Amino acid sequence: MTETPLIGAVSSTATGTPLTGARIGVVTFPGTLDDRDAARAVRLAGATAVDLWHGDTSLGDVDAVVIPGGFSYGDYLRAGAIARFAPMMGQIIKAANSDARLPVLGICNGFQILTESHLLPGSMVKNDHLKFICREQVLRVENNTTAWTNQYAAGEQITIVLKNQDGQYVADEKTLDELEGEGRVAFRYVGWNPNGSRRDIAGITNAAGNVVGLMPHPEHAVEPGFGPDHTGTDGLGFFTSVLAHLVGGKK
Amino acid sequence: MPRIVVDVMPKPEILDPQGKAIVGSLPRLGFTAFSGVRQGKRFELTVDGEVTDAVLAQAREAAETLLSNPVIEDVVNVEVVADRP
Repeated sequence: MTETPLIGAVSSTATGTPLTGARIGVVTFPGTLDDRDAARAVRLAGATAVDLWHGDTSLGDVDAVVIPGGFSYGDYLRAGAIARFAPMMGQIIKAANSDARLPVLGICNGFQILTESHLLPGSMVKNDHLKFICREQVLRVENNTTAWTNQYAAGEQITIVLKNQDGQYVADEKTLDELEGEGRVAFRYVGWNPNGSRRDIAGITNAAGNVVGLMPHPEHAVEPGFGPDHTGTDGLGFFTSVLAHLVGGKK
Repeated sequence: MPRIVVDVMPKPEILDPQGKAIVGSLPRLGFTAFSGVRQGKRFELTVDGEVTDAVLAQAREAAETLLSNPVIEDVVNVEVVADRP
């Protein structure tokens, strides 16, 4: 299914379709909000979006998975803590750690779920100022070699939406030093630190580069007319990156 | 029915923004004796029947795996409390 952008020329969004046959799963938990936007971003990038239900025990034949944002299980206990034990997460954890290295992207609550799952280190606690925040946020791409960032230039600055309550990334100093040393900080906040995250970290990757998590929302910046400044499509690169990764081309 | 109480606190080195907000509001109500507040969680697990060592061990495991996140929190107490009268 081809998605027609609501505003702007079709050609101005999807920049070629490296692998139209790719099937990208988008997981829905009770309380997930951004699954439809994530699925739309997948389609705008030229792939097929596949609905995955939290209670199901099969990933089917998906080539990659997006865990979208929202408030799974009402953020009860801790953000992402209950979702982490859903049957679908068991499958995703197994596939992400397998030799096949299933690409997995966690956005916002999806990032929180990935840390609770121990697919990514550290955790998220409440924003240091205690307020829910919703704004356009500039990020710097620190690692452009992952499955989800290879279509960006190293050091490139992108503007996408940030919206969360529990966005303060924390980890002990040893873990932070390891992340820095191994180039696993994928994105850093630029201009200001919106939530008190350690070392301005907005997103990280695992060592293999197939699992990436970040608090801001690339899926809300994928078509002209709706992204930041009503022009931004800076988030589309996440979704074209995974397609490039799946066909084996890094750049 | 007996209950097992599990207390979870944010790790000392983790900034507790909620506790910080609470300590800021205490003096406004005249409570000036307190220089810090840290907010934790208390869970009460109800047990049908007797609290055996195996049940208590299960509670401890649940506390470490689901009720707390060891990256940011410590389980500071797991204890059996008597039946409510």
